[in-house]
Amino acid sequence: MSQAYTPGLKRKELYLVTKTRRLPIPGEVLVKKGDRVSIDTIVARAKIPGDPNIVNVAGILGVDPNEIEKYMVKKIGDNVKKGEPIARYRAFFGLIKSDCLSPVDGTIESISGITGRVIIREPPVPIELDAYIPGKVIDIIPNEGVVIQTPAAFIQGAFGVGGETHGEIMMMSKKTEDILTAEQITSECKDKILVTGSLVTAEALKKAVEMGVKGVVVGGIMDKDLSEFLGYTIGVAITGHEKIGLTIVATEGFGAMRMLEKTFKILQKHEGEIACINGATQIRAGVIRPEVIIPITSSDKITTSLETDRDLFTGGLKPGTLVRIIQEPYFGQIGKVYSLPPELQFIETESKVRVVEVELEDGRRVIVPRANVEIIEE
Amino acid sequence: MVTLRKPKEEMKYILATDVGSTTTKARFFKKMENGEWRYIISGEAPTTVEAPFEDVTLGVRNAVREVEELTGHKLLSENGIITPAKDHEGVDLYVTTSSAGGGLQMLTVGLIKTMTAESAERAALGAGAIVMDTLAIDDERPIHEKIERIRNLRPDMILLAGGTDGGTVKHVMEMAELIVSARPTARFGRGYKLPIVYAGNKDAQEQIKHLMRDKFALEIVDNIRPQLEVENCGPARDAIHRCFMEHVMSHAPGYDKLMKWTDVPIMPTPAAEGMMIQLVSKIYKENVLGVGLGGATTNVYSVYDGKFVRTVSANLGMSYSICNVLKETGIENIMRWLPFNIDPYEVINRLRNKMTRPTAIPQTLKNLVIEHAVAREALRLAFAHHKYLAKPLRGVRLAEKDRDIGSMFERRLYEETYIDMLNIGWLVGTGGLLSHAPRRVQAALILIDGFQVEGVTKLAQDSVFMMPHLGVLSTVHPKAAIEIFEKDCLVHLGTCIAPRGELTQKDIGVVMSVNIKMPDGTKIEEDLPPGTIKAIPLKKSERAEIEIIPQKGFDVGAGPGHRLQTTVEGGVVGIILDTRGRPLTLPSEDEERIEKLREWFRNLNVYPESVYEEDGL
Repeated sequence: MSQAYTPGLKRKELYLVTKTRRLPIPGEVLVKKGDRVSIDTIVARAKIPGDPNIVNVAGILGVDPNEIEKYMVKKIGDNVKKGEPIARYRAFFGLIKSDCLSPVDGTIESISGITGRVIIREPPVPIELDAYIPGKVIDIIPNEGVVIQTPAAFIQGAFGVGGETHGEIMMMSKKTEDILTAEQITSECKDKILVTGSLVTAEALKKAVEMGVKGVVVGGIMDKDLSEFLGYTIGVAITGHEKIGLTIVATEGFGAMRMLEKTFKILQKHEGEIACINGATQIRAGVIRPEVIIPITSSDKITTSLETDRDLFTGGLKPGTLVRIIQEPYFGQIGKVYSLPPELQFIETESKVRVVEVELEDGRRVIVPRANVEIIEE
Repeated sequence: MVTLRKPKEEMKYILATDVGSTTTKARFFKKMENGEWRYIISGEAPTTVEAPFEDVTLGVRNAVREVEELTGHKLLSENGIITPAKDHEGVDLYVTTSSAGGGLQMLTVGLIKTMTAESAERAALGAGAIVMDTLAIDDERPIHEKIERIRNLRPDMILLAGGTDGGTVKHVMEMAELIVSARPTARFGRGYKLPIVYAGNKDAQEQIKHLMRDKFALEIVDNIRPQLEVENCGPARDAIHRCFMEHVMSHAPGYDKLMKWTDVPIMPTPAAEGMMIQLVSKIYKENVLGVGLGGATTNVYSVYDGKFVRTVSANLGMSYSICNVLKETGIENIMRWLPFNIDPYEVINRLRNKMTRPTAIPQTLKNLVIEHAVAREALRLAFAHHKYLAKPLRGVRLAEKDRDIGSMFERRLYEETYIDMLNIGWLVGTGGLLSHAPRRVQAALILIDGFQVEGVTKLAQDSVFMMPHLGVLSTVHPKAAIEIFEKDCLVHLGTCIAPRGELTQKDIGVVMSVNIKMPDGTKIEEDLPPGTIKAIPLKKSERAEIEIIPQKGFDVGAGPGHRLQTTVEGGVVGIILDTRGRPLTLPSEDEERIEKLREWFRNLNVYPESVYEEDGL
């Protein structure tokens, strides 16, 4: 039978994290296969072509487009400075004259006798790509980037905002149901990744930005609070580009949601250590989940049983599998698969679906559609 | 030219798949003893276009394996789908559609926003693309903003149009220069050239070649607007399909393999779905509206007086895009369809969680009703988008009589869609939510409310979501596609009769009266008060004679207050009499609104009674 369940979000105490770091355009790779890199190591760089500026030379000089070649004082490939003439028109022994000046520093890229326009390309803009995580370079993608690998504690969230950052983990609560409020955030939180239980308020997020906090990892977030903090409502779930001063990772979802005990314990265990986090979420066309990576630098902790992503499709629901229910009426509850009835069953909506029997933490056994459970990978 | 492995007459088994953004759906068809083609079974599995799998054929295999398990008919070998069929093994034809990885995403470029740019947009949408943006000289964005947009979008393909044949080439060259200077890169595959289809002024073709040939995979076709009053989307649409196969699909993960498995080229899902909507119009010889309500996008199709228009609303959908529907319409417009009290913030959080776990399905009735509320709004918004493009060609008569007094009137005409709901014969729905609605009446009412049908409209839906499959099949085996479509795909829901007219006068006693002569000869007479909806059972393939007498100010197709005598068709729901007013307005007070919704839902037996209980989830 096909896999009628949602692949789970990873919560791994020890996982071999592999990150492909790629330039947006071809460039130069600065490290070698086998090199060890740190978070800030620049692994590749490129020059993004500068912005093109289109100058309507024919219009400015008042001549026909097909005549502009003869009035150009600069040719294709010439460098020009801002304010420097690129074309000049003289008539009646210089009595009528007009100059067309370059609006920017750049290079003449094209001169069109059809449109009468000239394109001046601004100097290229250098960009640098950092490693984001410390680790070993296991592969080089020529002219594009590198693949870095590190053993780490690895947590995937349900939803996040804000881009890549890193900082020291600071536990802000003792229990998974705790809420992070503005009063708890002090100057000691500067540059830290704050971890709390079930919720963070909009005021707390604003205070966190004021105090220079790098990120917040939390169980749930109210849509109202997130919208208030961002200043707008998220439509399509493609995030990570927000410039909001910090990165947020909601490990469970929207609403007041206790962080999964296991996740909380992993973060607790690594308090004081560096975590690399990214809020980027893309649910559509390529699932990207927000993540918390806590690199494990001590090699004696690494075992050979490290998992890779390819294991996903071989696994599946079976009796004993730990799952989270992802729809009402048991939304957010954790349990173990008790049985997998093969026949389709009617649910409350009157739909006939493939179901799973789950034994919840309180001992109750409930029937839910298989599509509504998410495997908690152990 | 397609080479088939077996003559069509000798075929016995056909397999079709649709590689969707979330799910890959396999449909298995068989020629029965009597020579008739029928649908046999479905198999579904998650789509595997993305990491960590990055190979769509894995998802196809899983979906097909489910068909194998359910039928005992072996379909898979190490090399893919077994073809041709031998005894209880393999199929004679394998076809597929695809919208995985976000479908075909295009940027369209024209000169004047309401003329060539709009034609370019229509052509791209007609080819089944998602239009990410449309640039025009007069779109009020400065040049640098346009360039930045082109650089950031990373489309799969660009369609460049502009100018009429024989007109000035300067402006279309300006837009071409803009594209070249922006140096756009493609979404998939780094080492290949971005495809550009040029369908503008033919006099600029040589200069376009000179400017773009080295930098892009350039295809030049006939002008989309050779003259102001002529729109010629066909060549551009065909070129888009060619480029989609040659450049885009071949770079998407696993498609190189899938292309070798299939007997005919892979078709974008909306293109195939649109073919079936056109078929409905052809079979029944009426104007048709169709909708594919998906998880990520909503596609609306119209065949109106022979003109076919397709729109794809990229971010209106029921799973991935559910929160964009929320954003576009606002929570109040979703809440207005709920027949119970619930905290709006609770509804928002639930929708957000659906967005983060898009494959989950509603288990409680209340969540089902919430999704149905969102569906009504998604349809309303997608139809508004559709109507924006289903308009007469603009700039035609305006150019000739710009100084006439009448030009103001003409101008207003061009702002409005030519789709008159009173002239729509059929409304057909497809997509997961509609096809999987536990009661067919739920889908019927969602379609009625979302589109606000007027006059006499027949309603139908796709039984198990196989319109795309049949669309691509119809390109190679139309007989099989039509037989399966009529027998197993199209579920007739019934006929809706809804007079056009607002319920503004408080003293209206009756909005319309109907006299129905049922197939068994019995007569039913009804006087419908304002603000009601009810159904009269009439089975599929049954017909009833009906006389409709609307009150003054209300129109069912024969003019305001004019009587209409017609024949209506039955279906799973029957004849739906709807005097809730058009446009349909709901009471503004919560208590009154909930009361009204409950009355309507109870009249049609839309949901089980327990949904109205105040407690529970």
